[in-house]
Formats: sequence, structure tokens, C-alpha cells
Amino acid sequence: MAIIETKDLTFRYEDADSDALCGVTLSIEEGSFTAILGHNGSGKSTFAKHLNAILLPSGGKVYVGGVDTADESRLFDVRKTAGMVFQNPDNQIVATVVEEDVAFACENMGLPQEEIRKRVDECLAAVGMSEYARHAPHLLSGGQKQRVAIAGVLAMRPRCIVMDEPTAMLDPSGRAEVIRAVQQLNRETGMTVILITHHMEEAALADRVIVMKQGKVALDGTPKQVFSQVDRLRELSLAAPQTVQLVHALDPAGTVLSPEALSVEECVGQLMKYLEA
Amino acid sequence: MLKDITLGQYFPGTSPLHRMDPRSKLLILILYIVTIFVVKGLFPYLICVLALITAVIISTIPPKMVLRSLRPILIIVLFTGLLNLFYTPGVELFHLWIFKITREGIATAAAMALRIILLVASTSLLTYTTSPMSLTDALENLLGPLKKIKAPVHEFAMMMSIALRFIPTLIEETNKIMSAQKARGADFESGNIFSRAKALVPVLVPLFVSAFRRAEELATAMECRLYHGGEGRTRLHSLHYGRVDLIAAILAVAVCGGAIALHILL
Ligand SMILES: Nc1ncnc2c1ncn2[C@@H]1O[C@H](COP(=O)(O)OP(=O)(O)OP(=O)(O)O)[C@@H](O)[C@H]1O
Ligand SMILES: [Mg+2]
Repeated sequence: MAIIETKDLTFRYEDADSDALCGVTLSIEEGSFTAILGHNGSGKSTFAKHLNAILLPSGGKVYVGGVDTADESRLFDVRKTAGMVFQNPDNQIVATVVEEDVAFACENMGLPQEEIRKRVDECLAAVGMSEYARHAPHLLSGGQKQRVAIAGVLAMRPRCIVMDEPTAMLDPSGRAEVIRAVQQLNRETGMTVILITHHMEEAALADRVIVMKQGKVALDGTPKQVFSQVDRLRELSLAAPQTVQLVHALDPAGTVLSPEALSVEECVGQLMKYLEA
Repeated sequence: MLKDITLGQYFPGTSPLHRMDPRSKLLILILYIVTIFVVKGLFPYLICVLALITAVIISTIPPKMVLRSLRPILIIVLFTGLLNLFYTPGVELFHLWIFKITREGIATAAAMALRIILLVASTSLLTYTTSPMSLTDALENLLGPLKKIKAPVHEFAMMMSIALRFIPTLIEETNKIMSAQKARGADFESGNIFSRAKALVPVLVPLFVSAFRRAEELATAMECRLYHGGEGRTRLHSLHYGRVDLIAAILAVAVCGGAIALHILL
């Protein structure tokens, strides 16, 4: 079943002279892990903000968990269904103690105290930050802060979590931490994940990759289908993962080798085949 | 310079002071401050100082941290001290050029300096042992009756807690910008006060721009987490007036009352 559906979604910023989104029609399956790629200014963030009713469509419709985001009376239902994590962890942490920050959404929902306690402990455990419950967020590393921010969104028990470049400000180890936590959420709790990223290796972990260009969906498919189109990706100003590029460079026509080599193992397999041929 | 700003820093812990209800801490602090500004004389001050030292020991906060909170106000202490020293009329002890030093002057200067030091140290002890969130909860709760006359008490408390939350972030950012400007040859250390103030302009402008951007992002993030004002909000840690608070209240009244009594009697 689709948890998010957009129909011919169009959006133009107030003072802009062209559309930031022009006719995006997508449907995201519940429980899936979708990565969205695209060059700077291709409309990824604008799209993400529609899934949470931060922005409302200028044209077309967005349905989140079956609810039209333009329906103001259901605003909280929309936001509870699709939680949003932003790029800069510093600018989304509200409280000065980790557990108080994670509790923020529950407090706003007016949940009873025991329920808040239960959810805070659960969500901190889900991102592996339980031992930092009483710490001050500004003393944590970037990856830890971002995991706290994720826990703060999970506390609403959303069915879907939308992340706009959550790893862009992190170092490689922080990035790995966050991606591991996200993958685990998707696999173990069946959380729908929409990950906007500039990192091909992160996108390669998803079930589905969507590439955007100038407010439109340019490519849509499994990571293998998308990343094997090296030339098309280059047109969209994106670089395929290095493994794919290597295989592609050896055999541009794809006569012997299949360019669907996303992991290092697959790439090694293809290279062996190349050497034998 | 900036790393000395300890205002609003919180050191999590489990001491009785940490466990106290923030409302009772706040009220005791107010009582204490009133006391140090009411009393005069060696013995009352001695009681006040000892009370604070005991509180610091109980809090398990390193005394070094409490002392560090005093560093930024050193100039103010010196300034008010000197002002009082030279401008209090009374029995002249000796005099230097146009300045004359009186016995009363020395006493007032010492008292003023001590008062400011106690004021800042006790306030820092409160913020060191109380998370800003629970502090603003306490404020919101104590000012609660004002909601009836439509005063924006919740909004005020939220603003305070966010301001406190962002102090370390903005300090870090200021340091980053200053280093960046220094690397481009900016000079913050030499010159008179005017040229130094002028050198700060290229630091303040980017700082303000970034603060506005942060504010906008934070507002969006808060809305995404269903924030809609104080109405119908519950709390993870609700305020709870317990045994520790009762004991602390009795002690505080005894100490402050004792100091005031001594002041009146002596
Ligand atoms: N607040 C705004 N006002 C006007 N135009 C905007 C605003 N935010 C974005 N835009 C424009 O909308 C288009 C899409 O921007 P968007 O932020 O969605 O891109 P993006 O894919 O997220 O890019 P990036 O990879 O840099 O984050 C861009 O052309 C951008 O200039
Ligand atoms: Mg973006």
C-alpha cells in the first residue's frame, strides 16, 4: 500500500519566476527505503517539505497516509505520519538535555508522563543513544546529535521518516553511524524511509532510487537500474558509484560485463569475468 | 574571553541540589539575594558565605567552575569597588591627590564587591544544577497566575529556554568566525576600545545572519514536531515538591533569617 502519493505536484516559491516542482507524480510504498538524488537546486528539499505540509502545493495533490496535506484540520495527522529530519542537527535540537529533546514531540502531543518516558527510552534505544540520555546535546559529536534528532522524530511514532541530507554536515564515521541507524529502523521496524542525499553509496543501500532534475523526476528504479545508466547520470550531473564507473570504462557497450556492480564484491566478480574474456 | 561565559551551562548530576524542585531553588535563590542585599556587617556576611560554600559542596559542582563564573564580572566588581572606595564620605584615613579614602569607603567597597560576587556565584550554582528546561518550567509555573491576565508566560519561558540552549552553539560559532577573520588578518587584540569594537563588526554581521537562519530552521523543526504553543502540553519531568525541598526550605529560612536577625541585633 502506498503511504505517500503525490499527483501532478507543482510548486512555485512566492518570489520565484519558475516552478521549483513541475508535475511530480510519485507513490511511495509503506515499509520501503527510497533515496532521492539530484543536483543542487533540483527540488529535492522542496519536495520533502511537501510531505510534511511545511509547504503546500501550488497545483496537484499530496496524500500522506491517505490524508490530503492541504486539509488544515488534519495537519497534525500528516506531521505525525511523516516525521522530518533536517540537515543541521544543531538547528533542530530544542532542549539542553538529550532525553528532554526526544520528549519534545510527545510533550506537544499532550501524552501522559509514563507514556512519554516509555517512548523516550524506546526511541533512544532504537538509535543506540540510551547511555547519553542525560547528556547535553552540544557536547555530542555530529553523528550522535543527528541520531538524537532522529529519536526526537521517532517519538511521534511516525509511519514514515523523511530525511533531508541528514549526513551532509557529518564526518565519514558520523555518516556511517546515522546510515546504520536508519537502515536498522527500516529493516527491523518496517519504517518507511525517504532519504535525500548527495552520496551515491548511501543511495545504493535503498530499495528504490529517484533522481530529480529541475523539479521533475528524471530517473526512477532500483539502485541497479539507475546506477547502471552511467551516461544518463552524467547528463544529470551525477557520478555513478566508482565500481560502476570502473566496469563501464572497461566495457562501455556492456557486451560482456553488466554495469550493475554496486558492491565491491560484485565489481570483483565482473573484473574476473573481464580478465577471463 | 568567550569560553569564560558559563551562563546557562548545566552540569547534570544526582546531588540533592540537582534533585530539588526548580521552583524551590528559584525561590530560595531570591530569598538569598534579598538577604545579601539587606544585611550588613561581618557576621551576617560570614553566614551568607558559609551557606553558599556548603551549597557548592553539596552540589558536587567543582568549585573551580563556580569561580570561573566570576571571571567575566571581575571588571564590574573592581569598578563598583573602586567607586565606593573613593566616593563614600566619612572618617578620612589617608588621601592621595584628589582621592580620599575613608573607613566607611573601605567597608562599603568590600560589602559591594562581596554582594556582587555572592549574587553571581549563587545564580550560577542554580543554573549549574538545574537544566534550563526545568528552570523555565519553574518560571512558567511560578508566573502561572499571570496567564489569567493574558500575559504570554509560556512563550516567555520557551524563549528563555531556547536562548539558553543556543548560548553554547552561538559561542562556538563566534569563535569559528573570529578564527576565520583572524586568518584573513583581522586584529581583535590591539588598538583602543573603538578600533577593537570596530574590528568586531565583521564578526557580528555573519553571526546575526546565521542566527536568523538558525531561528527559521528551528521554528520549522519545532512545527514538524507538533509544537503549537503551551496549550495542552504535558512534560516528561513534571515538577514535584518533595522531602529535599522541605528540608532545603527550612534550612534556607533558618540561614537567611539568622543573618537578618544578626544584622538587626548587632
Ligand atoms: N525559499 C525559497 N524561495 C525562493 N526560491 C527557493 C527557495 N528555496 C528554494 N528555492 C529554489 O527552488 C529550487 C529548488 O530548491 P531546493 O532547495 O528544493 O533544491 P535541492 O534539490 O534541495 O538542492 P540542494 O541539493 O542544494 O539542497 C531552486 O531553484 C531554488 O533556488
Ligand atoms: Mg536541499
